[in-house]
Amino acid sequence: MDAKVEAQPTVRVQAPVVAAKKRDEASAAQHDVKLAAGGVNLWYGEKQALFDVNLEMFDRSVTALIGPSGCGKSTFLRCLDRMNDVIDGCRFEGEIRLDGDDIYAPKVDPVQLRARVGMVFQKPNPFPKSIFENVAYGPRIHGLATSKSDLEEIVINSLTKAGLYEEVKDRLDDSGISLSGGQQQRLCIARAISVNPEVLLMDEPCSALDPIATAKIETLMDELRDSLCIVIVTHSMQQAARVSQRTAFFHLGKLVEVDETSQIFTNPTDVRTQDYVTGRFG
Amino acid sequence: MSDAQPIEPAAGAEWNSDKARRRVRRRYAANRRLQAYGIIAISIAVGLLGVLVASIVVTGYPAFVQTKIDLPIYVDPAKVDAEDPASGKYRSLVREALAKVVPGVPENQQRSVGKILTSDASYILRDYVVEHSDAIGKTITLPLALSDPFDQLYKGVIPKELDALSWVQVRWFERMTNRGVVAEHDGRTSLKLDVYIDPATVDAGPPPSGDFDGLARNSLQAYLPKVHDTSQFDMLANDAPAAIEKRVAADPAIVGKTVQVFFSVSLPYAALAKGEIPKITNPRFTDAQLEAFEVIEQKGLLRTPFNWELLFNADSRFPERAGLAGAITGSFYALLICFMLSFPIGIATAVYLEEFAPKNRFTDLIEVNINNLAAVPSVVFGLLGLAVFLGFFGLPRSVPLVGGMVLSLMTLPTIIITTRAALKAVPPSIREAALGVGASKHQVMMHHVLPLALPGIMTGTIIGMAQALGETAPLLLIGMNAFIPSVENMGLLEPATSLPTQIFSWADSPERGFVSRTSAAILVLLGFLLIMNVVAIALRQMFQRKW
Amino acid sequence: MLGYVLLLLIGLAVVSYFFARRRAIAAVQGKEHELHSRPSYHGAYVAAWVGIPSVLLVLVWLLLQGPVIDSLLLWSLPIGTTDGMSDGQIDLLLSEIRSVAAGNIFGEPSPVVQEAAERYQSWKFIARWAMAGVAMSVALVGLILASGRISPEFRARHGAERILSGLMIACSLIAILTTLGIVLSLLIEALRFFDRVSPVEFFFGLNWEPQIPIREGQVTAGGAFGAIPVFAGTLLIALIAMAVATPIGLYSAVYLTEYAHPKVRAVIKPVLELLAGIPTVVYGFFAVLTVAPALRQFGETIGVPIAPNSALAAGAVMGIMIIPFISSLSDDAIAAVPRAMRDGSYAMGATKGETITKVLLPAALPGIMGGVLLAVSRAIGETMIVVMAAGIIASLTANPLKPVTTVTVQIVTLLIGDSEFDNPKTLSAFALGLVLFLVTLALNVLALHIVRKYREQYE
Ligand SMILES: Nc1ncnc2c1ncn2[C@@H]1O[C@H](COP(=O)(O)OP(=O)(O)OP(=O)(O)O)[C@@H](O)[C@H]1O
Ligand SMILES: [Mg+2]
Repeated sequence: MDAKVEAQPTVRVQAPVVAAKKRDEASAAQHDVKLAAGGVNLWYGEKQALFDVNLEMFDRSVTALIGPSGCGKSTFLRCLDRMNDVIDGCRFEGEIRLDGDDIYAPKVDPVQLRARVGMVFQKPNPFPKSIFENVAYGPRIHGLATSKSDLEEIVINSLTKAGLYEEVKDRLDDSGISLSGGQQQRLCIARAISVNPEVLLMDEPCSALDPIATAKIETLMDELRDSLCIVIVTHSMQQAARVSQRTAFFHLGKLVEVDETSQIFTNPTDVRTQDYVTGRFG
Repeated sequence: MSDAQPIEPAAGAEWNSDKARRRVRRRYAANRRLQAYGIIAISIAVGLLGVLVASIVVTGYPAFVQTKIDLPIYVDPAKVDAEDPASGKYRSLVREALAKVVPGVPENQQRSVGKILTSDASYILRDYVVEHSDAIGKTITLPLALSDPFDQLYKGVIPKELDALSWVQVRWFERMTNRGVVAEHDGRTSLKLDVYIDPATVDAGPPPSGDFDGLARNSLQAYLPKVHDTSQFDMLANDAPAAIEKRVAADPAIVGKTVQVFFSVSLPYAALAKGEIPKITNPRFTDAQLEAFEVIEQKGLLRTPFNWELLFNADSRFPERAGLAGAITGSFYALLICFMLSFPIGIATAVYLEEFAPKNRFTDLIEVNINNLAAVPSVVFGLLGLAVFLGFFGLPRSVPLVGGMVLSLMTLPTIIITTRAALKAVPPSIREAALGVGASKHQVMMHHVLPLALPGIMTGTIIGMAQALGETAPLLLIGMNAFIPSVENMGLLEPATSLPTQIFSWADSPERGFVSRTSAAILVLLGFLLIMNVVAIALRQMFQRKW
Repeated sequence: MLGYVLLLLIGLAVVSYFFARRRAIAAVQGKEHELHSRPSYHGAYVAAWVGIPSVLLVLVWLLLQGPVIDSLLLWSLPIGTTDGMSDGQIDLLLSEIRSVAAGNIFGEPSPVVQEAAERYQSWKFIARWAMAGVAMSVALVGLILASGRISPEFRARHGAERILSGLMIACSLIAILTTLGIVLSLLIEALRFFDRVSPVEFFFGLNWEPQIPIREGQVTAGGAFGAIPVFAGTLLIALIAMAVATPIGLYSAVYLTEYAHPKVRAVIKPVLELLAGIPTVVYGFFAVLTVAPALRQFGETIGVPIAPNSALAAGAVMGIMIIPFISSLSDDAIAAVPRAMRDGSYAMGATKGETITKVLLPAALPGIMGGVLLAVSRAIGETMIVVMAAGIIASLTANPLKPVTTVTVQIVTLLIGDSEFDNPKTLSAFALGLVLFLVTLALNVLALHIVRKYREQYE
């Protein structure tokens, strides 16, 4: 990272998160473990990409995954909703528990799992359909709406929660691709939350966006956190500091350190973490 | 805002409800259905390819062998003058030789028995004797091809006997039996039918007259579905009209009434009623021919060697003598012209467009043209050749030169497009390196880029040539489907035929033997195409470089 | 003769290459580095000037010699010989003269013809030697002029490269010339046709019977050139072909891109492409040999009469031929949908099937549409299958079990074994050809446009 972070990491953590952190500590007791990864190893063909990762992610809080490029953050994130199943030659070992149930158990259906665990990608990827159809996609395939008005309600609700409704309410029939990058990403978030997921995975959701669009999405995350377990991969240390309560640092496929965000940024225990957050490598 | 509208977390139980599970099962079923459609579609496509290849191979492979008879022929000096062997009485020599093998054929059958041999037999003998004049006065054994029907008979492609009745006819008769219409009457198998003696067509006489045949047919028709031919009425023996006539003669009062008449059935059906499978001699043969053929077969004079004539003879009106040499030569000449024109022109165009051309309206026009030419139907190129090369420039019809020119116009787009791809694949670093040491753009092209792109260009060219080899329609239009009975004076400016047009001509021939020849010719054509493609692929594999 | 002349010219060019090289070296007394261009460029420059103009001259001469001698011949005939003769009769007369000159004498040619044949012979002889002479002189002039320029300062490389560039541009022009040739020849002959038969009749008439010889004046009255049944037949067969090929091709593509194991794909894809490599004459024979009899048999079994040259048989076989087009173009279109779309859909909990039908296919639809249009254009222009398996008689029917005819069938049957361009029968083939060309061109342009638009969407 750049030198600015090194100079004033603690200062930057303060302002936006302080309030949230207070709330966080106050209700720490209620915070249950939503997702728990145990002994996760993963191979792409011959190449091992994850080594014995153990990580707990709490409900109603944001967990940030940071680490240098290629260290396996995305890979780990994709394990959480079994998106790696789609990749040929990918082998998984270990367990990931959602509310205590192993999502890799044979009886678990990835299709249903992915309805409970939503995902937002690095590059906005709306379908080449209308804005309405983009959001209605999930409810439709999962049969969540019994009537047309139901469906409209879900769509409007999701768009509202994603903070996009006001901007697009007059052109719900326009193509999703016609929106700006930031709007597209919020559309993708609306699409992801349209099926009422319990967990929301976000893989560098702001890396393709300008600062204003980024700010909007960060505010949105803060709001969504009230009801969801959010896991976010980010390359921006400031962003991790701003939005997350806990931060996990990955390096070369291994989970090096995980702790409260303030702890990671002010007082990391591992020297690699320290080097990374202070921008000495990465 | 967020406190006002919390998202309700979906209750975990909801995903486990029966309804949800049923829904998921349904969704997976739809997925499997789609996959199954895909597999079915591919199986159909591959299956159809298999059927195509199989039907061609099955009909074509017998043509790769030819039934021949080793006929001992006494070259009688009385009939062949050693001074002038070309004008001997060879026809009678062959007939005598055959008579020796199959003695006792009555005079009036000899002609038909002679048809066992190819109609060219006497010419083959003449050509042999003209070349070997020492054979005069000796007995020589000459392998002669059998004529087409007997060739196929020996190979088992067509049978000696046919079923007298088609399976539909058998079914019709079964239906009649089940209806209880079939009965024994006067010791003959008969049909007991209700006949309305229509006063409109029958005059009671005496003597009675009228369309009794029609009445008999109508009465039979009542039991059977309507068809468009007369194959149903064969069921009645010839005396059916007479049966009605007899009844009317016996009692004129029945005119205008419906009466029951017994019609005896024709012989094959009578046999069928007795539980036999009725057979008839294949109408392509006479009994005398079959007898003679059996004698020849028993004497062990027949063999089926590989049919080199298929490849080395020119065309003939007799299937057993027809070969592909003319077609292969014609195709070779046309492809030669096509290659000589389209290879240099194609490369020059591609190099210009890819390396030298400025990006402007004009070069855009050329590119659009090339892309569109690639999609113009081949028959239109035929029209072009006809109107321009034959009509305007007055070049001769049917000649490989024109064929090759038309084909080269068609293959140009292919060659240009693949050459450009090959040029694109040469990395810019090589160009830059060469330019860097002071070579001119032309030098870089000639000395560095083209040699590196050559394997790709060759691959594209061979593929283009393979396409050209299979093209038929344009060659038909410029008349390159001439009948070429001899390959001797073939040339670029002589009428010719080509492999695909030969296939077309043979497929159109009425002689049954050409069916098998056509398939064999197709196999030869596919063989050439296969070789060309294998070479193209091998070239690509061999020279494929990773930069 | 022609071959020798060409060989001689090429030989001369080769010789002058070496000659010019030596002269260039001699010009600097063997000190090659004093030459501006390497000796071989001098050689190439001179050789090009020797070979190219003379060979071009020979080719142009050859193309023009026939028409020129023909018109000279006509002009030299005794006045009044060709009065009142139609174009066809004149052509016949000319070919008679030619065959007499070639020594193929059938019967007793008239003295006029005899004489003309002798004249023809001698002119041809003169023309041949004149061509050889002129070509050689052009080559020599080229040699003298070009080699005169050889000097140490002469920029032979630039000259040679300019010639090469000129040759390349000339070659590029062939594509345009071909298109021009197609358009002009179709247009001219079609206009000659519309001179005799009104376009209204052709485009809206319901009766197509060109084979019946019709005397002038009866042409339009007989109404035998109404092409509607031919167009309808073409559409019917193309429709059947598409009905066979589209589902099979599309589902194959879906399976191959989304479901098949890479190894299976690596085997099946080339196998499908084999279908595209089989010459159409083979498909035509397959239709006649296997498909049509099988259909007929099947029809007999269920009691439906199916004609041996039914539209169904021809269309179905054409469909088989088109499968690889649709499948490979759809394959490309589906594969071009970005990975992100797939990921987005799977992440929403969609099954593979839902991802395909609800996201991939709609996204790939323009590409697939383009492929289908290209295939339709193929089907309309396909010739051999229908020539062999479809009907010749034009009948206006939508019944696929009946025989219909197509534009391409008519073109081939009207022109096979006939090159006299003076009756409406043969000319009508060019009118049909023009329609065929324009329709397929329009379809292709449209299809390519759609496909390009579609590609841009994801770039
Ligand atoms: N589909 C795949 N097939 C093979 N190897 C892969 C695949 N996806 C990722 N990898 C490898 O796995 C390792 C981890 O990749 P991953 O995408 O998880 O890194 P990352 O931490 O997300 O990096 P970035 O910050 O650049 O997104 C990398 O070395 C990468 O090359
Ligand atoms: Mg990543």
